[in-house]
Amino acid sequence: MIDFFLGYYGYWFAILLMCLGLYGAIMKKNLIKKLIGIAIFQTSIIIFFVASSSKWGATVPIFDEKIGVANTAKYINPLPHTLMLTAIVVGVATMGVAFALVISIFQKYKTLDESVLLKRMKKDNDI
Amino acid sequence: MISSNSAALTPLILLFMAISIPLVALKKKQIAFFMVMIATSISVIISFYNIFRVLKVGTIHYHFGGWIPPIGIEYVLDPLSSFICLVINVIALLVLIHSKKIVEMESKIKSVPYYALVLLMLCGFNGIILTGDLFNLYVFLEICSLSMYGLISVGEKQAPVSAFRYLIIGAVGSSFYLLGVGFLYMTTGSLNMIDVRSIVPHLYNEPTIIVAISLMVIGFGIKMAVFPFHGWLPDAYTYAPTTSSALIAPTGTKIGAYAMIRILFFVFGVNYISKTLHITDVLAWLSAIGIVYGSIMAISQKEMKRMLAYSSVSQIGYIGLGIGLCNPMGLIGAVLHVMNHAIMKACLFLVAGNYRVKLGHSNIFKLSDNIRKKMPWTTAAFTVGALSMVGIPPTVGFFSKWYLVLGTIKNSSWVFLAVLLISSLLNAIYFFRVLEKVYLKPIRSTNLEELNIPENNKRDEVSSSALIPVLILAIAIIVLGLLNTIIVKGIIDKMIPAGM
Repeated sequence: MIDFFLGYYGYWFAILLMCLGLYGAIMKKNLIKKLIGIAIFQTSIIIFFVASSSKWGATVPIFDEKIGVANTAKYINPLPHTLMLTAIVVGVATMGVAFALVISIFQKYKTLDESVLLKRMKKDNDI
Repeated sequence: MISSNSAALTPLILLFMAISIPLVALKKKQIAFFMVMIATSISVIISFYNIFRVLKVGTIHYHFGGWIPPIGIEYVLDPLSSFICLVINVIALLVLIHSKKIVEMESKIKSVPYYALVLLMLCGFNGIILTGDLFNLYVFLEICSLSMYGLISVGEKQAPVSAFRYLIIGAVGSSFYLLGVGFLYMTTGSLNMIDVRSIVPHLYNEPTIIVAISLMVIGFGIKMAVFPFHGWLPDAYTYAPTTSSALIAPTGTKIGAYAMIRILFFVFGVNYISKTLHITDVLAWLSAIGIVYGSIMAISQKEMKRMLAYSSVSQIGYIGLGIGLCNPMGLIGAVLHVMNHAIMKACLFLVAGNYRVKLGHSNIFKLSDNIRKKMPWTTAAFTVGALSMVGIPPTVGFFSKWYLVLGTIKNSSWVFLAVLLISSLLNAIYFFRVLEKVYLKPIRSTNLEELNIPENNKRDEVSSSALIPVLILAIAIIVLGLLNTIIVKGIIDKMIPAGM
């Protein structure tokens, strides 16, 4: 049982972050806090990928004469890391677009609080 | 050279043009429109070329940089991808022709970055359709989603809020998909779809695969706006500018549907998802609820664009139901409905845009029969589109519903049959409500003399660049309806995956 928790602590941490991020994105009323939730959620996926490729007793995937080519168990799989580099870029772009939207919302409604925002939007819709 | 590289050309040309528009059109804004026209026309021509080549020589694989998959990334042109690619590019071309005057008219839109975003979005769409790599699909999904948020946010005052809401939901959706890819990669060790397809049957008992499928289906369900995940759609379509909603409504959600078909049937296999996991049953039931819910919500709307948005929720349900039926007839219906709904929705959203241009609003209750005298062609196009949505025989809408109905009968799922028939009636209610206003309701006025002012009834049609695409779409609704057997026999029959 202990093994189940300690052996996979990287994944447990990722799951914890994922729940935190989703909670923030759904429950928080402030738009910036929502975005922080999304950012945490995306980061947790990055940690998940990186954790999936980690390996005890292995080294960086660069050819080492002492290990040789055939012994692939001694190298870490580099693909998840490279995928996550792309995912980090995508996450940054998402945040950029999101902050641009937040700025434009603030200019129009002078608030970032969702409940106030909804009230002001409702006023607009009624006119 | 063209023939060997044509598979990869459409996304690359669109991407190249998207980046070069802000540079070239910096000084002269009018160039942006012509560059968009060139880019989309070329992609339409290449799509036509591709589809005929696929029909002649079969599936085409294009390896990027000569790297052989599973190590390299490949683009796959098979009947399904080439067909959807053609549909999306043709619709985009027509909507963009319509946008010539509209984008300039709608205040606050800066045409140069707007067109750059449009091309970036189309590049994402084409990439999603053509790619044969799971992670590559994620990247293109994000490219098109990010540009979609931008395209929606430049609309009315509420538009940034609806775009933000879409961003929160959409970011979670694509993250779910990425997580699914992670689980799949952990178990199979490959990201190439064809490679995964050959490995997955040995791992059918692994719980990780089931988790991966569920996460991917949720992710694409959000992009596709299947019933419980549709929350972002009505606001986003209503407040977006005309061109954006006419571009995104017919194409954006179809991409989710395409990805769903691709992942479920071509990566995981038909028997596994339908007989072992029953995930298609879940999809079919959710879609059935969505069909009825969307139609009922559409009936209660006052604003035409909002009504069309809710009707999109219900029409996406048809596609989801076709996928969920998991038999050849259902899949034919779903793929045919992808095309039909794209044509009909583009036509109807453009008509709503035309009304907004001339009347300043598209409120259904303010419409009256002088609009028919003012804009006879636009109104005629709306009528054809509406009849097709309801499913009157010679129009395209009838035939996809026909195949769906055949699919439900083959599975003997009578509840779904009832849902399909009831939803046709509900469609009739909310579209005939508009037609009644447009054709029969006399203009209401306190001053009787106003009725006889000839100017109220004078013809005041929109400019030809805004009218011709609408008419082409309306004619296509009837012509493609008559030609549906050619499309089904010629292309869609070849898409049906093995073992269905």
